[in-house]
Amino acid sequence: MQRYSVFAIAREALRHHTGWERAWKSPEPKAAYDVVIVGAGGHGLATAYYLGKNHGITNVAVIEKGWLGGGNTGRNTTIIRSNYLQDPSAAIYDKALQLYEGLSQDLNYNVMFSPRGLLMLAQTHHEVRGYLRTVHANLLQGVATEWISPQRVKELVPIINIDGPRYPVLGALYQARGGTARHDAVAWGYARACSAMGMDIIQTCEVKGVRSENGAVAGVETTKGYIACKKLGMVVAGHSGQLADMAGFRLPIEAVALQALVSEPIKPCMDVVVMANTVHGYMSQSDKGEMVIGGGTDGFNNFTQRGSFHHIEETLRALVETFPMISRLKMLRQWGGIVDMTGDRSPIISKTPVGNCFINCGWGTGGFKAIPGSGWAMAELMARGEPGPLAAEFSMWRFKEGRFIDESVAAGVAH
Amino acid sequence: MLLLECPYCGVKAEETELTPGGEAHLKRFGPGSAPEEFEAYMFARKNPKGVHFERWRHAYGCGKWFLAARCTATLEVFGTYPAQCPEPPPELVKKIKAKRPNWKGWK
Repeated sequence: MQRYSVFAIAREALRHHTGWERAWKSPEPKAAYDVVIVGAGGHGLATAYYLGKNHGITNVAVIEKGWLGGGNTGRNTTIIRSNYLQDPSAAIYDKALQLYEGLSQDLNYNVMFSPRGLLMLAQTHHEVRGYLRTVHANLLQGVATEWISPQRVKELVPIINIDGPRYPVLGALYQARGGTARHDAVAWGYARACSAMGMDIIQTCEVKGVRSENGAVAGVETTKGYIACKKLGMVVAGHSGQLADMAGFRLPIEAVALQALVSEPIKPCMDVVVMANTVHGYMSQSDKGEMVIGGGTDGFNNFTQRGSFHHIEETLRALVETFPMISRLKMLRQWGGIVDMTGDRSPIISKTPVGNCFINCGWGTGGFKAIPGSGWAMAELMARGEPGPLAAEFSMWRFKEGRFIDESVAAGVAH
Repeated sequence: MLLLECPYCGVKAEETELTPGGEAHLKRFGPGSAPEEFEAYMFARKNPKGVHFERWRHAYGCGKWFLAARCTATLEVFGTYPAQCPEPPPELVKKIKAKRPNWKGWK
C-alpha cells in the first residue's frame, strides 16, 4: 500500500497526480477463504481489519451485495458518543470512541474524526433524573461525561432556545469527547487497510444461500458463485433476519426505516452535536455547512429505504422549536436506512445455532458510533470462537435468558 | 404514504391517523410458561421482507385495533380485517397468493 503523507501529496503534485493507486482492489472471489464476512459496511470491514491486525487472519473475503459503505454506513448522521447507561454498552461504545480517536493514524486515512462535544438536552424533570443517573453511571464506568446547566448549554450553543414554551432546557448531559466523523471515509479507510493486508473486498456479490455440513457452516452461495469458508461472519444490519433465515435460524430483530436529512449549507453556527430526545430530533453541522438532522424511526416494518413524510415533519417541528433560526432553512436531501431493532435496543454480537457462523447485528439506530469497537469485538469472537469481554453480554440468547441490556429504557427513545 | 381502510368505521385512514402495533397473530404466554415461550411471544418476530400481517390502531378515528396485510418490500397494502380474526380471512390469503405466487403462506 502506498502511504498517504504530506510527501506523497508533494510528489504527486509534481507529476500531475498520475501516480495515485486505487485505494482498494476489486478482485473476483477465490474458491475458498478462511473467513468470509457478509456485508462491506463499516462493521463488516472493521471486523475484517481487526481479524488481520489483532489476530493475524488475512485469508479473508468481505462480500457485499451493493457497493462498499452504501448501506447504513452511508446513511447515518455520523454522531459518535459513548454516554450509555448500562455497563456492557458503555464498555463497547467507549472502546469504539477510543479507537476513533486514533483511527486516522491507525488506518493512514483521514476519517475526519471531530471530537467537538455532544449534548443531550434534558427537557423534562424525568429526563433530568435519567441523565443525572447516566452521568453517575458513566463516572463509575470511567467514561467522562458531565451534567451542565441551561446557561452553560446556551454558552456552548448560542443558537439554542432554552426557554421554549413547551419544553424549556433544564440542563444537559455533556460528553466533551463525543463528536462526528466522515462516515464514508470510515468505510473507505477500513477497506483500503483490509485490501493492503491481502483481503478481498468483493462488491455487487449478493448472498443467495448459506450451505452448512454437520451443523457447521461450509460456505455461501452468491451471485458470483459458491465461496467456501471455514468461518462465516454475518454483518448486514437491516437484512440480518433474511441472512439468518438462509442459515436456518431466527433472530429477535425487526427492520424499520430511519430517516435523516440535511439542509442547504450555511455559515458555521453550531460547533457541537445537540440531541433533544424528548421532542426527538438531533442536529449537528457538517464541515460543508449543512445542518445534519435526524429523528425517530418510522413505526412499522419496512425494507424500502424510504420513510413517511410526517416523521420528517415531526423531527423538524421539534428542532425549529429548539433552534428557531433554522425555521427558514431549505432542506436539500432526505434519505432512509433500514435499521435492525432488537427488543432491548442493544446489539447482538454472538455465536449462532450454526457452528462457525457468527453474527453482528441489532445496532438499530446507533451503529455508526460503534464501528471500531464492534469490529474489534466481532474479530475477537470470530478468531477465538468464543466472545471476549466486550462481546460476552451481547449474546443472541439473552432474550431467552432474560439478561437484557436495556438501553431503550435508559434512553427513553430509540437512539 | 400508507392508506389503510379501517374495517370497523370504513374510513380510508391515512398513516398519521394510525398507530402501528407490530406483528399480528402472536401467540400469547402468561405466568408459568417456559423461557422459550416468553422469548417467542415477546421478542421473536417473523420480520419478513414481503408479505407481513400486522396490528394497527385507528388512533385518531374510531380508536379500535384492526389487522392489515402489507408488503414490507413495496409498501403495497393487500387488505385489512377485524382484530377478532384468529387468522387472515381466506379470501385475503387467496388475493395475496395471486399477487405473490412465491409467497410461502402466512404461518
